[in-house]
Amino acid sequence: MTLWLTLTVNSVALGGLLFLLSSGFSLIFGLMRIPNLMHGSFFMLGAYLGVTFLWQGLNFWVAALLSAAAIALIGGLIERFLLRRLEGQVLPQVLLTLGFAFIIADVCLMLWTGDPWQPATPDHLRGVVQVTGLYFPIYRLVIVLVAVVIAIALWLLVDWTRLGAMIRAGVDDAPIARVVGIRVSQLFTLVFALGAALAAFGGVMGAPYLSVYPGLDFEMLPLALIVVILGGVGSLLGALVGSFVIGFLYNFGTALLPDLAYVILFLPMVLILVLRPQGLFGKVTT
Amino acid sequence: VSKPLRALAAVAHWRLLVPLALLASLPVWLGHHTFYVNISSQILLWAVAALALNVLVGYAGLVSLGHAGLLAMAGYAVALMLQAGAGHLVACLAAVGVTLAASAVFAVLALRSTGIGFLMITLALGQIVWGIAYRWASLTNGDNGINLGSRPAPFGLSLAGAEAFYYATLVIFLLAVLSMWVFVRSPFGASLAGTRDQPRRMTALGFNVWLVRFLAFLVSGFWCGVSGLLYVYYHQFIAPPAAALTASAEILLMVISGGTATLLGPIAGAGIVVIMKNVASAYIERWNMVLGLIFILIISFMPEGLVPGSVRLWRGAWAWLRSRAPAGAARSGEEGAP
Repeated sequence: MTLWLTLTVNSVALGGLLFLLSSGFSLIFGLMRIPNLMHGSFFMLGAYLGVTFLWQGLNFWVAALLSAAAIALIGGLIERFLLRRLEGQVLPQVLLTLGFAFIIADVCLMLWTGDPWQPATPDHLRGVVQVTGLYFPIYRLVIVLVAVVIAIALWLLVDWTRLGAMIRAGVDDAPIARVVGIRVSQLFTLVFALGAALAAFGGVMGAPYLSVYPGLDFEMLPLALIVVILGGVGSLLGALVGSFVIGFLYNFGTALLPDLAYVILFLPMVLILVLRPQGLFGKVTT
Repeated sequence: VSKPLRALAAVAHWRLLVPLALLASLPVWLGHHTFYVNISSQILLWAVAALALNVLVGYAGLVSLGHAGLLAMAGYAVALMLQAGAGHLVACLAAVGVTLAASAVFAVLALRSTGIGFLMITLALGQIVWGIAYRWASLTNGDNGINLGSRPAPFGLSLAGAEAFYYATLVIFLLAVLSMWVFVRSPFGASLAGTRDQPRRMTALGFNVWLVRFLAFLVSGFWCGVSGLLYVYYHQFIAPPAAALTASAEILLMVISGGTATLLGPIAGAGIVVIMKNVASAYIERWNMVLGLIFILIISFMPEGLVPGSVRLWRGAWAWLRSRAPAGAARSGEEGAP
């Protein structure tokens, strides 16, 4: 019983973490159609930066926000000066982002060495809460809480604000959006930076839980990918549901079939591709 | 003179014979130096993989980032079959069969989409193979990989030595080149290029675009599996990095650096990447960073590929030199006059 409960709590926590990662990917890949193969690298670099800030004695939330801001800046610069020139050309975009992913991985290996880093859970988030005789670690609950808050904020932003309407207009028909006075180009840089920041924030949130180590980038990238394919390209609700599905599969798979846990993660993606290629909540595109 | 002989004479042009003679006598030029002969074998085996990927990237316009998974699958299949006690021939045939079956599955899933979706799905599928190789330790021995006892000895010829293996690789490489040459000129190759450029019109003309792409994927998967056999016999060892995304990216770099949709491009690309990798790793540890930088430089300066791009830059530099040269000559002439 306790095992199942622990697994469930862990699954939900991992789901929250995956949402932070894949919501950014959903914006960049799903909404803007940029094949951002450095998304896992943003996650890892963000986590490393966060770990370093924590080590300097900064408050956990300050470290997470600082790291997110730094990655937003890096992502924004890459989008503005390099990716923008390759608009609509898939292959060059893939090569460019893959190139940066390799460089970021190597730089991280150089600066932070090959040893894993695991910061301590911040003091005020340590401990457990007791609900009806069952204990829940606070930190895991906080991850879920943050994910839900960000999910709601993103949903409000994209679906209910003027900025969100402008972004959607730019995605649907960039030339017409430009004609009516929307600065699509700047808007896209902003969205890309936001996506990168979310990944970095997720990286810092995940650091005390997953630890940070070389190879984390290309471990997280496929996860973001399957979440987005599962949930439906461009759907935030899909990303949220997909994250929790993958979170559960990962934890239960590791506990029950350790050898095959990694492969099981991809099964829902395969099923979805066969049965419903647009994803759970995706719209059918023509 | 009989007809086949005349056909052969027509084909036996110096442009074909010179490279063939060069390739056949390469070990002599390299002074029978094992290290260089081995590098040549590596170039040829990766060229087969690059040619295979080029069928999709160049002629079908479908970028796959999962091909290292197919290559590794063939390698693992051979290694596991040999471990189970099978002979080399059975193991190789089974490995090609397994790789073809995997290619069919990859194709069915990835062809639910084209463009960016195709790429992302192949990436995920490649990661599955990597995941099996790395995590399913009871089957694949995980990170430690699998050692092969020996190389095969087809027709009684042992391939244990570097030169023998080079010649075996060369034969398979030439078969691959020949099949690609035939493929590109065949009606099927033309219809594949058609599905790349004008899928709607091809559908309107009555072609089954999906089927054409599917078959192209199988052709690509087949040769990728063959290169996987070469890979595993060359190293006599296979481990998860063979299936990693980095490996897929390297094959893609070979295709793109040489120039896509050409026969020579992927071969040149394989040469460039293998040599660069060996040279780079002799001096610095950071091959991944070099790889990343090359990607970014290619995109920024030579989007059409390293070989065509270098030719263009070279011509540009040459034209620039020529445009300056007459002015310089005229000035020196004036100085010489009095």
